[in-house]
Amino acid sequence: MDAIALLIAATLSAGTVLAIAGLGLLINERSGIVNLGAEGMMLVAAIAGFATAVHTGSDWLAFAAGAGAGALMAAAFGMLVIWLNTNQYATGLALSLFGSGFSAFVGIRYTQEKLTARPHFEIPGLADIPFLGPALFRQHPMVYLAIGLTIALAWFLYRSRAGLVLRAVGESPESAHALGYPVRRIRLLAVVAGGALCGVAGAYVSVVYTPLWVEGMIAGKGWIALALTTFATWRPARVLLGAYLFGGVTMLQFHLQGEGVQIPSQLLSALPYLATILVLVLISRNPTWIRVNMPASLGKPFFPGS
Amino acid sequence: MLKLEARPQPSKAMSIASPLVALAITVLIGIGLFVLLGKDPLKGLQMFFVEPVKSGYALAELSVKAVPLVLIALGLAVCFRSNLWNIGAEGQFVLGALAGGWVAMQADEHTGRWIVAAILVAGVLGGMLWGAIVALLRDRFNANEILVSLMLVYVADMLLNWLVYGPWKDPHGYNFPQSVTFAAATRIPRLIDGWRLNIGALIALAAVAGCWLFLFRTYRGFQLQVGGLAPAAARYAGFSSRTALWTALLMSGGMAGLAGALEAAGPLGQLTPYVPAGYGFAAIIVAFVGRLHPVGIVFSAVLMSMFYIGGELAQSRLGLPKSITGVFQGLLLFALLACDTLIHYRLRWAAAQPRPAVKEA
Repeated sequence: MDAIALLIAATLSAGTVLAIAGLGLLINERSGIVNLGAEGMMLVAAIAGFATAVHTGSDWLAFAAGAGAGALMAAAFGMLVIWLNTNQYATGLALSLFGSGFSAFVGIRYTQEKLTARPHFEIPGLADIPFLGPALFRQHPMVYLAIGLTIALAWFLYRSRAGLVLRAVGESPESAHALGYPVRRIRLLAVVAGGALCGVAGAYVSVVYTPLWVEGMIAGKGWIALALTTFATWRPARVLLGAYLFGGVTMLQFHLQGEGVQIPSQLLSALPYLATILVLVLISRNPTWIRVNMPASLGKPFFPGS
Repeated sequence: MLKLEARPQPSKAMSIASPLVALAITVLIGIGLFVLLGKDPLKGLQMFFVEPVKSGYALAELSVKAVPLVLIALGLAVCFRSNLWNIGAEGQFVLGALAGGWVAMQADEHTGRWIVAAILVAGVLGGMLWGAIVALLRDRFNANEILVSLMLVYVADMLLNWLVYGPWKDPHGYNFPQSVTFAAATRIPRLIDGWRLNIGALIALAAVAGCWLFLFRTYRGFQLQVGGLAPAAARYAGFSSRTALWTALLMSGGMAGLAGALEAAGPLGQLTPYVPAGYGFAAIIVAFVGRLHPVGIVFSAVLMSMFYIGGELAQSRLGLPKSITGVFQGLLLFALLACDTLIHYRLRWAAAQPRPAVKEA
């Protein structure tokens, strides 16, 4: 029982990383822009957050630093893609490659550092319920915030005027432009918001989830989060569910290793990546379904007056 | 105010000037970075642009890095020109090294030199296999090739780790995660005694010629590029996008696999967890900086190798982290993409909105 409670707890924590990053990328993609730089932004945010946590001891300042780093990188990406019309895929890749180099470069002096005295969280009253307490109610506040963010984002997209404008920009930038909306500025805002959330997720990895700094520690989570938006057909609640599903797969491998299952650990470690491929295959099998759900202008540049 | 204005047709001159301007921007940022870190910028530049080319031996070392980059980037150029985003060359490289390495491990002291050919063929097949998975999933299930090819990089890494920590571990290797050292017969023949430069360089040059012929002198190559530039036109002309998909992914997988086998049986001589050295990702930058053109790729691969060697020298002589290479590589691609805007657009000084004249009181 206890083992299962811990497995659930670990799943929620692992899923939170993917959920926050995935929700950020969802905002970003709803405006019609694909940012393949998620992995790079998360890496740079991870080291920015970790360094901040080492020097200040505050998780929240670390998240803020991560968000700032992610937003800054996303802004650079956005300027290139939106104003200079560079290829979105190539520019995103450049961001990822730069991020992995840059984070390794500035992170080298933090590889030996440790975060001392990690605070312990629990929700008073609920945390002592048998099974449910350790499984659900002893998490870092960010885990609950991610759920709140999902609800807020769903409300924003489907119930608020600003969300409607964002979706309109993603579906048909030409019409939004004709109606007088500043399409490019809206897209930049969406990209920066996406970067900031990827940054929070990156900082969560290095400050709460792992907590330490290792070169390349995001280990594909940015790419998995990108796959997640497709998997979720660009809907916030499904991003959250998908994130927990992937979190579960990640944790299951550790659980299986602990149980002494006779599968080499390296092959078990490949599970999350294989699961991503499997999910992509299952979800993309029906092209019409993807096309109906995908923001219509996704990946296509918009240059007013051309 | 500066404004972008579409050019009537893409500028040929800018498409050649753009990589040079991008390099200049990267160098300027590099100088700033050296100053910021309290290092002599002249010394820094010397590590990157003088030391790697100052002697025959240095040039040979440069080519050891440039060969895998050229081979992989050639394959990627074919992919990118057909608008297929294979970004998992790193995984295809690892599979090539695994397949080639497996053949090399079968050799003993009596094996003839023919084994080298077998190693290279195995490498190509290994890389093709990894590329074929991407093609199959895209062809059959419409799965996004960017994400699938990238996920397969991690899977290839895990596979390599499993093999060198498990079944392929050298029983006399003091429990280090590494395979046996390959027999002498498997060593890729060197061109000059004492230098690590090997026949891989000749293979790469032949591949450059082959790739140029394929892209610009064959009907299949033409079809691929039309499909990449104008999918609707290609469909109308009856060019199969499925054929293009398979051709491009098998070619780029095979080239990356070849590079992997050359690396395993060449400079490495055994399999270790350090086989993936990032060539597969750096080759993406090489392909773009080389304008997706076989000849351009040779130049950009040499430049990228200078970054690699410069980074190593900056570490040993200036005490900077080696990862500075990655920073410069990323910056170069960024700068290039920004400069490429000027191929299709030109900058114009647009008069600011005329302001209402203010009456003086």
